[in-house]
Amino acid sequence: MAHEHNLAIFRGRLKFKSNEQKIWGVLILLSIITAIEVVLGIYKPAGLMTPWITPFEGGLGATLINIILSPLVFLIPLNLIFLVLTIVKAYYITWDFMHMRDEKASLRRAVVWTFIFLALYIALIFLLEGDYVYEIYKTSFIKWNF
Amino acid sequence: MGATVTTTEEKIWDGGNEPMGASYGKMMMWFFILSDALTFTGFLAAYGFSRYKFADSWPIADEVFNHFPFLHGHDLPMLYVALMTFILIFSSVTMVLAVDAGHHMKKSKVAFYMFLTVIGGLIFVGSQAWEWKNFIKGEYGAIETKGGSIIQFVDAEGKRYKVSDLAVTLPKDRVQHERKNGIWFTSEASLPDYSVAEVVEGFKANPNIYVRTQEAYFDKNDKKGVHPTLNKEKHKTILTREESLARLNDAVHVVQGASLVRNEYGSKQFANFFFFITGFHGFHVFSGVVINFIIFLNVILGTYEKRRSYEMVEKVGLYWHFVDLVWVFVFTFFYLV
Repeated sequence: MAHEHNLAIFRGRLKFKSNEQKIWGVLILLSIITAIEVVLGIYKPAGLMTPWITPFEGGLGATLINIILSPLVFLIPLNLIFLVLTIVKAYYITWDFMHMRDEKASLRRAVVWTFIFLALYIALIFLLEGDYVYEIYKTSFIKWNF
Repeated sequence: MGATVTTTEEKIWDGGNEPMGASYGKMMMWFFILSDALTFTGFLAAYGFSRYKFADSWPIADEVFNHFPFLHGHDLPMLYVALMTFILIFSSVTMVLAVDAGHHMKKSKVAFYMFLTVIGGLIFVGSQAWEWKNFIKGEYGAIETKGGSIIQFVDAEGKRYKVSDLAVTLPKDRVQHERKNGIWFTSEASLPDYSVAEVVEGFKANPNIYVRTQEAYFDKNDKKGVHPTLNKEKHKTILTREESLARLNDAVHVVQGASLVRNEYGSKQFANFFFFITGFHGFHVFSGVVINFIIFLNVILGTYEKRRSYEMVEKVGLYWHFVDLVWVFVFTFFYLV
């Protein structure tokens, strides 16, 4: 049984001498990311609290651009940063702690792509529907705050 | 590409070959993790649905989770969960180190790292219990109105004010109805420490207290009854004194802490999702600790030494890392976003 580990992270830019060293390296990386998240979460910089782009108005083209740029149009940058950092953390936990990096591409794809497609699908459906109900509460004759 | 190549010489169905280069147990663990990940995705998506639905009235996490052990009375958002995250990531690291030691067939090292992993898991579950305790106990208390919304109290500086400091003692108090003194032997839930009337009287007697509603305040729409100076953009709306008194006419419950029925933080869904998702994750951590402990015992007994393979450690390791992975997402969606 040969256990060969791919010891390079950051697309080969950072190489470790042994698997044990790589584990500590990834721990440091994950800790730094978590620390950034906590600091941003405590201070909440004002510049990151409103979306960078206001939604485009008028016509199909504007709608399409809004959809394509949706993370920048509908999310505040702070939450977008949190989301990206979370996915980065998830990547390193899966790839290096769970050794996905060393598995065959077929196993990797069978697990990871299945998850990504279904998760994106369910998140899209639920969040769009939630936003729709929010609009209904806001604009129609429903009173809840009494 | 190697995964698609099979040789017909081997027995295909009796474990003779390994599809996708992974042993049966490891591959099944991966697909179990996939299905479990999708279950958690469903929960978190449902939580996202409720947050989008109540986008302007959802509780602010920093105000709810701001406790830290031994630092009582300080407002310290995020730090405790950050610590919990570090604990779980660190126990993930000891787990990989155990797997790595297993590859080198170092029995005592595997046992040592497995032990550390179990300890890390127990500390995490304990931390979660403490978090739940604070959440259930509550700090400031609130009033629920006829319409089911939660109103809280703030002082003249806009700082939260405790219901217990507000309530006056009124002479005629209601007694909890117990099984022994009722027909049909039914009982009721324990009464809150203060009655609605006591809180309302206390509020009337104290002119510097204002009501804070669930709704977020936005500068652009100027609303009637909103306090002129205390409000901040995207924070909960603070009302004027007159409006506050009008709101209190609809008070029906004194709420302290959280249960599955109502909670003092705001939207009822908030506590329900918190209990359900962190509870389900905590259950995973707990079962992970149990499984890790069993494997730890097996390592000590030399089961895997005899088998000449520590792959079992690798398989439970996958589960343990998955628990960590879920926490990363729970952390983001409950505490950060």
